[in-house]
Amino acid sequence: MSSTTGTPAGTAAPGAAAKARFSGAQQRLLAFASLIVLVVGFSLASPNFLQTSNILAILQATSVNGVLAVAATLVIITGGIDLSVGTLMTFCAVIAGVVLTNWGMPLPVGILAALAAGAASGVCSGTIIAKLKVPPFIATLGMMLILKGLSLVISGTRPIYFNATPGYTDIAQGSLVGTLIPSVPLPNGVLILFLVALVAHIILRKTILGRFTFALGSNEEAVRLSGVNVDRWKIAVYTLAGGICGVAGLLISSRLNSAQPALGQGYELDAIAAVVIGGTSLSGGRGTIVGTLIGALIISVLTNGLRILSVAQEWQTVVTGSIIILAVYTDMLRRRKV
Amino acid sequence: MSAPLLQMDGIDKSFPGVRALHQARFDLRAGEVHALMGENGAGKSTLMKILSGIYQPDAGEIRLDNKPVQVPSPRAAQDLGIAIIHQELNLMPDLSAAENIFIGREPRKRLSFFTDDAKLNADAAAIFETMHLKLDPRTPVGTLSIAKQQMVEIAKALSFRSRVLVMDEPTAALNDAEIADLFAIIARLKAEGVGIVYISHKMDELKRIADRVTVMRDGEYVATVPMAETPVERIIAMMVGRALSDERPPAPEENGREPLLEVRALNRGAAIRDVSFAVRPGEILGFAGLMGAGRTEVARAIFGADPLDSGAILVRGKEIAIRRPQDAVRAGIGYLSEDRKHFGLATGMDVRDNVAMASLSRFTTPGGFLREGAMSETAKRYIAQLAIKTPSDRQEARLLSGGNQQKVVIAKWLLRDCEVLIFDEPTRGIDVGAKAEIYKLLNALAAEGRAIIVISSELPEVLRLSHRIAVMCEGRLTGVLPAGASQDEIMRLATQRGETSGDTRPSAAMGGRR
Repeated sequence: MSSTTGTPAGTAAPGAAAKARFSGAQQRLLAFASLIVLVVGFSLASPNFLQTSNILAILQATSVNGVLAVAATLVIITGGIDLSVGTLMTFCAVIAGVVLTNWGMPLPVGILAALAAGAASGVCSGTIIAKLKVPPFIATLGMMLILKGLSLVISGTRPIYFNATPGYTDIAQGSLVGTLIPSVPLPNGVLILFLVALVAHIILRKTILGRFTFALGSNEEAVRLSGVNVDRWKIAVYTLAGGICGVAGLLISSRLNSAQPALGQGYELDAIAAVVIGGTSLSGGRGTIVGTLIGALIISVLTNGLRILSVAQEWQTVVTGSIIILAVYTDMLRRRKV
Repeated sequence: MSAPLLQMDGIDKSFPGVRALHQARFDLRAGEVHALMGENGAGKSTLMKILSGIYQPDAGEIRLDNKPVQVPSPRAAQDLGIAIIHQELNLMPDLSAAENIFIGREPRKRLSFFTDDAKLNADAAAIFETMHLKLDPRTPVGTLSIAKQQMVEIAKALSFRSRVLVMDEPTAALNDAEIADLFAIIARLKAEGVGIVYISHKMDELKRIADRVTVMRDGEYVATVPMAETPVERIIAMMVGRALSDERPPAPEENGREPLLEVRALNRGAAIRDVSFAVRPGEILGFAGLMGAGRTEVARAIFGADPLDSGAILVRGKEIAIRRPQDAVRAGIGYLSEDRKHFGLATGMDVRDNVAMASLSRFTTPGGFLREGAMSETAKRYIAQLAIKTPSDRQEARLLSGGNQQKVVIAKWLLRDCEVLIFDEPTRGIDVGAKAEIYKLLNALAAEGRAIIVISSELPEVLRLSHRIAVMCEGRLTGVLPAGASQDEIMRLATQRGETSGDTRPSAAMGGRR
């Protein structure tokens, strides 16, 4: 109500409301400032926090959630939601396990299979949403359960280990950067997160797919009336997001040296939390990959810092939950002021 | 007389249960503005949606340059040079002006995957240039005024090299200066040979720009007449199928009763500055002024929707504290917002639920259950009393016409026993025939002893309805005129800016205060 305050005769209100949407940069700045405050606070509270090994641990812990959050960001900018990113990640890991361990194929084939499985699932979600007009929440909720079940069925509910594939653990745990510059032992998992984020950022900002991602979330009907094949682009976004979940599947199974079929559920909420803290609007049309990375880092820093301060694990989730509400509330406050 | 650019003939279109168009036809010449008129539901929008490929006709033919064409999709319409600017602007607020204009046709580079934003912005700038429009193509559309957004839509239509341009109520949200800009652009397009279909209810505008007018009624073609030579009354008669009774302002009521509502020295920032007035029982006080003069703000403040910096609100001579809308409702003040769909109606709920909405506690058993029978009965009583056209009290509100939706909102407040009713643009989006009915209803409500405030941007409406006319400009009440004031007098007060007049007209400004 009060958002229309002061606009002439109420008629300019839609414009004013829309205007508020453009200060997403402020939200990102706020998120970034919060991250800095957290880092400074934890370093003052504990000398162990800023040690190189701990920083690397935080980054490594961010890699899986960060990649999933990038996938979720793409979908959320279209005005949709993807609840299946967590179990899809597991499904892709299981597929890699089947291809590499059970079938004994070479490593590149396993990697491609995991990515393809992710993309295929994205095609399914996207088609259900675009063609069958099932709301994204329901469609991906269904996909979440389907993928969870399929992972258990395919794996026979047992973890698949990658002991027969030498080098599999290097996907996330090796350090390409470390071999080149020994003083910076950045794990590959973190490198992959940055690469995925960079590619997603470029796609969003510079390519035709990115333009339609924002356009769909901003006003899908307008895109349709502009004569654009809306369904095709929507499916494309979900497919890309699915492929990115495949990357996450490779990362997590590499870190665990196994595909754990029971894992996955719950990851989607952490991913969405990172997206929201990073200033991407759940109603679509605006959002950034940089914001999402910061959001994912905030969650990891909180978890890590609270653990170093010996705060019980139970409380860590309470804090994360509060941060989400606070992030969205400050976002709304800022919009009301405009 | 030039050959028609576009002809539509024998168009039929049915939706489940409704025959929207029957043998409809329309033709358009190059370089003309052809107005399409008709009451809401007459089939204008459906016909234009068929032309622009959104709907497919059941029968009929569309000819462009005398050649039959098919328009299977919006894309096909664009390729044929047919563009439509919808009443609800179809823009993506988060995207820039240039991105909006070229959505789906972005210039590409490298593998056709990357967008060429430099060329995109240059192309958009070139179009703005031809329109004499000063606008940075990189501006996000959501930050633009409605008028500028409309210009972006027009630029988008031009980017297709459109020869047929359909504009649906383009001036609904524009002020006079913006309308002048729009008309200048229309004139330039005409000169370039673009045919323009112009849908509007505003007769004075059509007199200014339309060459011909086609009237539709109940999904059928009625007639096509030249605009200049045809009297307004005749066009209205064609639209409603009958002549409307002569409309005269009601006789001013000179009762000496105490004001029902009085406000003293209301202030809120720059939006409301020292506004005082009073409304007596049985009186209709009209509020005139330009867009942004602060009329809606005053109404919202009285209703408790926005906080006040200072000022007093008195009902029946007693000062009451209004901090929230529920305080106002308790004091018997009802507010009918200009935006019914957003604030006035639960469009997905039925008539009965909407009528009972503000008085649900009355229809509740001690156990918390709703007394549906009593609700139905009450709703039916108001349906009869206000002549609401609806198949039943269980019809969903969104399926009613604008005029009948408005009546449902009125019923809601009548049921709440509101003695003070504030109507904000009560006839916006309502067709001519239904307008007359709403006027009659407002007169009847006043005659029952209620105090009525009517905010309207249509001067003839204010003049026709009001016993007194309050005029605002830039948050100040610049004067209160008696019934029968001329449009010139109102416009003078509506444009009286700044404090130049000082306290020279306190008697006028203080109106009903003694």
